[in-house]
Amino acid sequence: MRDLRLALRAGGGFGLGLAFFLILAVLVPLGVGPEPEVLARIAPGVLWVGALLACLLSLDRIFALDYEDGSLDLLATAPLPLEAVVAIKALAHWITTGLPLVLVSPVLGLLLFLPGAAYGWLIVALLLGTPALSMIGAFGAALTVGVKRGGLLLSLLVLPMYVPTLVFGAELVSRGAQGLSVGTPLALLAGITAGAAAILPFAAALVLRINLR
Amino acid sequence: MVSIWQYANPLRFMRTTDWLLPIVAWLAVAVTAVGLIWGFFFTPDDFRQGATVKIIFLHVPSALMAINAWIMMLVASLIWLIRRHHVSALAAKAAAPVGVVMTLIGLITGAVWGQPMWGTWWAGDPRLTSFLILFLFYLGYIALWAAIEDPDTAADLTAVLCLVGSVFALLSRYAAFFWSQGLHQGASLSLAPGTRVDWAYKAPLYISMTGFGLIFVALVLAGTRTEIRARRMKALVARERMA
Repeated sequence: MRDLRLALRAGGGFGLGLAFFLILAVLVPLGVGPEPEVLARIAPGVLWVGALLACLLSLDRIFALDYEDGSLDLLATAPLPLEAVVAIKALAHWITTGLPLVLVSPVLGLLLFLPGAAYGWLIVALLLGTPALSMIGAFGAALTVGVKRGGLLLSLLVLPMYVPTLVFGAELVSRGAQGLSVGTPLALLAGITAGAAAILPFAAALVLRINLR
Repeated sequence: MVSIWQYANPLRFMRTTDWLLPIVAWLAVAVTAVGLIWGFFFTPDDFRQGATVKIIFLHVPSALMAINAWIMMLVASLIWLIRRHHVSALAAKAAAPVGVVMTLIGLITGAVWGQPMWGTWWAGDPRLTSFLILFLFYLGYIALWAAIEDPDTAADLTAVLCLVGSVFALLSRYAAFFWSQGLHQGASLSLAPGTRVDWAYKAPLYISMTGFGLIFVALVLAGTRTEIRARRMKALVARERMA
């Protein structure tokens, strides 16, 4: 099963989300204006929205290829439970998409004049929040795996579910930036990720079985 | 004893709704008309809000039904997933467009009221935002129904989406309350004593809430009947082709 991750990593377009994230961080100051105070205020939100959208780009790849060439059927009948397959695939998606986003986010924070106190919390927030994005996205991808050109539908389904993660994640960073206490959003963000990781593999596996019928 | 399990048989469902639907539909029209006409023409103007207060007779019932429609879809989806109750799945499908329209009415009437009262059409308010998010959930649900051809697969997938979506819609609601302090007033109606709305408004409001509920039931019944007929037609066409 571990070689699946390798396969996903080798698959092209893994830098695409990163490039998108970078472009967004370049475009926002161009659209909003270069005043550091304004940018510093909106930076946590912009970075989070950017992470959300960058994550969305590669979601449909989680199951689509395996569905088309039939290897998903093999995985479904393999001794490993499908729930575990889903969880590993979500993890692979996170490693190829979420983790790079976390790593480059401080650089992009620099572009957006993110206050110094916020960098640590930005990394913590993204590190905690992006796994939930991958997991929710895997559920969405499982739902739409049978739909041809389901990308738009996928984003319509997945983006509303990203709202709680976005709210708590961005709140965590902006509280960190202002030096306020961050305990509440931190706990809530971690709670969402833990809940998503605990429940959604089952929902996604259920949905995949329905789609493979 | 009448139970919903009897109506898993579409034939029986059709037979009952044959006579039930016109009754519910006309009752819905009558009750809503009474509620709205009473509300619009026979209530006094509020001393601060003037005549704009009367939009409450549209806003509150539609917002109420927007949420209740989702809850009904949730229950119907559960019934379908657990007991393969076909009519239940179709009822959930029929409820979604009604719910989306109710959400839209709630949002629009709220904006129309908010413009003179709050001085703004829209505010970054948790109630407003979570309603908009509910609207998006409805759209996703309807789009998923439309995207998948096989009806049973579509019913299964949308049911799971409804369950998972409910969790996230609820989370979003609390996230929205965390995100910003509200401009929207708290619940004006409550069963607890010491309520703040005078009976002159409350009576027509309750009537139009009942009316909207009946409208919802009537539209869902009609929509479910349409779905059943559409399925029957598809089966007939398929049979023709086989012959």
